[in-house]
Parts: sequence; C-alpha cells; structure tokens
Amino acid sequence: MFLAIIQRLWQMLFVMFGISVLVFLIFFATPGADPASRIAGRGASAEILEAVRKSFGLDQPIYVQYFTMMKKIFITGDLTSFVNRGWKVVPAVLDTIPVTISLVMGAAILWVVFSMIIGTVAAATKDSWLDRSLMILGLIGISMPVFWLGEVMNLVTQSRFHDTWMFSWVPPLGYKNFTDGPKAWFLTLVIPWFTLAILYIGLYGRVLRANLIEAMQEDFVRTARAKGLSETRILLRHALRTSLISFVTLFGLDFGALVGGSALLTEVVFNLHGIGKLTYDALLNLDLPIIMTTVIFASFFVVMANALVDVLYIVLDPRVRKA
Amino acid sequence: MLEVRDLRVSFSSEQGLMRAIDGVSFTVGEGEILGLVGESGSGKTVSLLAVMGLINDPNAVIEGSIKFKGRELVGMPNAEMRKLRGREIAMIFQDPMTALTPVYTIGWQIAEQILQHQNISKSAARQKAIDLLAEVNIPNPADAIDRYPHQLSGGMRQRAVIAMALSCNPSLLVADEPTTALDVTVQAQILDLVRKLQRNHKSAVVFITHDMGVIAEIADRVMVMYGGRIVERGLRNELFLNPKHPYTKALLDSIPPLEGEKPKRLRAISGSPPSLLNRPTGCCFGPRCVFRFDACSAQPELGKLEHSAACFLEGAR
Repeated sequence: MFLAIIQRLWQMLFVMFGISVLVFLIFFATPGADPASRIAGRGASAEILEAVRKSFGLDQPIYVQYFTMMKKIFITGDLTSFVNRGWKVVPAVLDTIPVTISLVMGAAILWVVFSMIIGTVAAATKDSWLDRSLMILGLIGISMPVFWLGEVMNLVTQSRFHDTWMFSWVPPLGYKNFTDGPKAWFLTLVIPWFTLAILYIGLYGRVLRANLIEAMQEDFVRTARAKGLSETRILLRHALRTSLISFVTLFGLDFGALVGGSALLTEVVFNLHGIGKLTYDALLNLDLPIIMTTVIFASFFVVMANALVDVLYIVLDPRVRKA
Repeated sequence: MLEVRDLRVSFSSEQGLMRAIDGVSFTVGEGEILGLVGESGSGKTVSLLAVMGLINDPNAVIEGSIKFKGRELVGMPNAEMRKLRGREIAMIFQDPMTALTPVYTIGWQIAEQILQHQNISKSAARQKAIDLLAEVNIPNPADAIDRYPHQLSGGMRQRAVIAMALSCNPSLLVADEPTTALDVTVQAQILDLVRKLQRNHKSAVVFITHDMGVIAEIADRVMVMYGGRIVERGLRNELFLNPKHPYTKALLDSIPPLEGEKPKRLRAISGSPPSLLNRPTGCCFGPRCVFRFDACSAQPELGKLEHSAACFLEGAR
C-alpha cells in the first residue's frame, strides 16, 4: 500500500514535469513565439525589446528560464504576472481552488446520484415509455451547451422570475466563501451545480443504462435468476455493482478535467472566479506565468483524480486487487 | 415428480415463428438421473430453461404443461416461481468461468442463495456454505469461502457452482453441460461428484450434454433430442446396446471404437440439422436419414413403451 502511494506520487511528479516542460516550450520556444515582442507590443523598437528581455529575464538560456520559473512557483512562491507586474501568481491560483472545487464537487455529487437513478430505472423498465422518456431527456441534457443553459438559467432566476416565489432565494451571481456562511455559499452554487451537472447526468445515465442492459445478459445474471433472487436484487446487487467499474473510469476522467479548468464556461457564465476563469483571462492577454501555473495545477488534479479512481477500482473490483 | 407434457416453445422473429421445442413430453422420477443428449440447437437447454422459468425473452411463447410436484409451472407468476427456483429446482450452468458474479466471494454468493430461501442467521449461512464447499471437495473450505471467482480454477469454480446449486437441498437439479468447459480429468471428477451428491441429497438430476460418453457414465435413463423433439428414450443400457432410432445409431457410430480394427474415417451424419424456421414436413431427421421411406413424410410419434423411438422403421416401437 505504502509502495503504491510512493509509486503514484512519483508518477504524478513525472506527469507534472512533462506537462510543465511541454507547455513551457510551447509558449517560450516554439518558432515565432517570442514573449518579449508580445510584452513590448506591436512595432516596438529593438532597444525596447532588449530592455523587456532583460527586465523579464528572457535573455537567459531557455533551461535557466524554465528552472527560474519552477523555482518561483514551487519554492519561493513569488512568481509575478507578466501583465500586472506586482501581482503574485501563486496566491491568485490558490484563491481559485476553493471556487472550482466547490463547483465541481457539488455538480459531481448531483450527476452521480441522478445518473445512477436514471440509468437504473431506465434499464429496469427497458423499452417502456418511462425508459424512452428518460433517455430522450438525457439526450436533451447532453445536447444543451452549458454556456447557453447557464445564460437561460440566469435569465430565468436572476431576471424574469426572480421576483416570484420560485427564484426569489437566488442570490446575485458570484462566489461566497464557505467560511463566511455555508448557507450563502450553498445558495450561490445551487444553480451552477445543476447547470454543470445536467450534461453529465444525461451522459452517465445513458451510459449506465447501456452497461446495465449488457450486464443483464451475462451468465452470472442467469445464475442469479436460477438462485431465485428477485429482479430488483439482481439488478442492484449483481448488474449495477459490476457496471459501476466502467462508470468510475468515466467519472475519473471527467472529474479531473473539470477540476483542472474545464468548468470554464460555467465559471464565466456565473461569474465564479475559478481556475478555468483565471486560465481563460490569462490566455486572453498571454500572461505566461499564470498559464504555466494553472496548467501545472490542472495536471496535478488530473493525476490526483486518476489516483482516486484507482483506489475506487480496488474497492469495486477484486480482480485488480493484489493479494 | 416432474411431468412435462407436450411442451412447445417458440420464438417469434423477423423471419417468422421459430419452433425451438415442438411437443416434448417426459417425466423425471424422484432421485433418478435423466440424461438428455442432442446436438447444438436440438432444444435440450431451452426445454429445461422452460422448466426453470428462465426464458424471459418477450418474443417467446411457451405452451403445454410442466407439472412439478403437482403444481403447474407454465404461467405461474414469477414471484411464486422464484420461491421454487434455487430451493426446489436448481441449475448448474455450462461455463463456470462466467457463471459467478466476479465482484463477490464465492461464500457470499452461496450464502446469498441460502438467505434468500431460509430464515437463518448470516453466520449460520456462512457456516453452511463452508460445509457445502467441503462436501464438493474444495480443499481448505474455510479459506476458500473468502476467495473471489477469479482466484479459483475452472474445476474449483464449477464445484463452487455445484455447492451453490445444492445449498437448499433441491429435489431437482438441472445440470446444463456442466463438464463441457472443463478438461477431461476434471470432467471425470465432476461426474463422480455429481453422482455422489445425487445419492447424498437424493435429488433427481437432469443432465444435459452432447457427449455420449458422459451420458453412458452417469445416466439412469436417456432421452435423445433432435430438432426440438425427443426421437428416442429408454434405459441407458438398452438405448446404448440396442438403439432404435437411426439418429441414435448414427450418433453411436460416430464414436471411435476402443477395440478391433480402427476405421480409416469415423462415420459422420451427412447434412446438417434442420432449420428451426423451415422444418421439413414429417420426420425432421428424414432429410438426413439413410433408411428414409414413404411413410416418413408423416410425423412419427414416440411409442408408449419404456424404450421407444419416434420412427416408422420396424422394430423401432
């Protein structure tokens, strides 16, 4: 177990190193990517370019630049933005973490619970009107772009129906810290949670239904029937239990990506200053230190999510356990 | 104990009605071992799945009568049927590699069945599962009970499946080719085990196989199925020594002889089994039968004798 954790940490470091080198090279060393000329602006004179290079440390060899940046991120923590030069990047990124985690965790709980219910009910009532309507609803959920859905939600809850009893509880957009009051935190996030979760509820519900129907054709389900178990028990204890293995795989990938910044659109629409929003803003004005830091952060979360999935595998599937 | 009368199972498909079982009648007495032989698609498994009430294809139509201990099983509500399944009628399946749920220990799976049908505590069920594993000759049963299916060999898994089937002392055990997926030495052990357990638990056994050798080893009585019908039935020795139906004869001829001159080629049955969509009129073995004559364009019925064949040939009935 201890060895497995060490192995996992080592793997995580390796992935983070690889990604940071790659991203660094893309922004600092690909042909035509000259950070100095971008900072100096269009038509800057050679003297100004030279001054910018010196001032930002871009005149140093590329590996020195890389190691300086890594040192500033991980050891001294005083990496500053290229655009807003006094702005410390690491605290800025750390500030976004609770926002993104709050958003994604809440949505993940919603989508796991609802998609399990929908997928199981649909598989149990296969080919009935209930199954068909659930699957059509799922398809609609998958088809709605999250930015559009978010704007519609805002339109309804913040403007058109805000004064009715239904949505008068919805606070204005923006994030409230959990420590400042759990209730405010919860209320600001309810609508974003559902908005983000709906796509995944539809997707996971449909995938789970297909997996369950496949599992119900398995030989061990026939054995379970021959044992005289009830259909409900067969569905939940035998078919669903084995289907969860692929469900978890999918979950790990999506969860990692979302925490790593894929929840951007939801964050922008609901004015939540999370990691996605920060990366997006940094990309708009090519603020390289922020991009580097958020990318490293994102890769850390993707690897962490995968580690979590591996642990869940061990819990769910005895075949991957070591004796 | 089990009395099947004129059982017909058909599946409606896009190409029309598929008759998988076409008027099968047989009885299974208490404590006897009935062997059911036939090639793939002859309807052996389907007829027993119908007895178990395990055909849940919405396109399936089951007609006829299946009486078990005086109770009619055809059309019995599923909730009633479930009380019989696993307790009174148990089934062993062909492939032990896939017959157990991969994520639970075998002990859990055996106890699950016991707890479903008997009102005993979890620890009592577990103890019973250990006893059952010992009974099917699994070494270290107290240790094996916490093993997952993938940690056991095919033979061990089949033993676990058999232990599970016997957990509630069923009066009828249906064994659907339990030895087919195993290698020959393990096959022999499993056959011995089935015979021993059948004596200890006094269960009747219906043993489905396509292997004449296995049937000769284990069965008291034999039924030969072809194209969804029973073509011959009789006591084992009579049927093997004096087969009446040309199909049974041909099957026995296809076994290589142990003594005497070895034939250059084994005799095979020419042609292929009838399509279930388009069965030939009259005797369904007719198109492949070397003794075919005019009368065979009508459907031959099984005789009333203990040993009889569905054939018009003289001496067949």
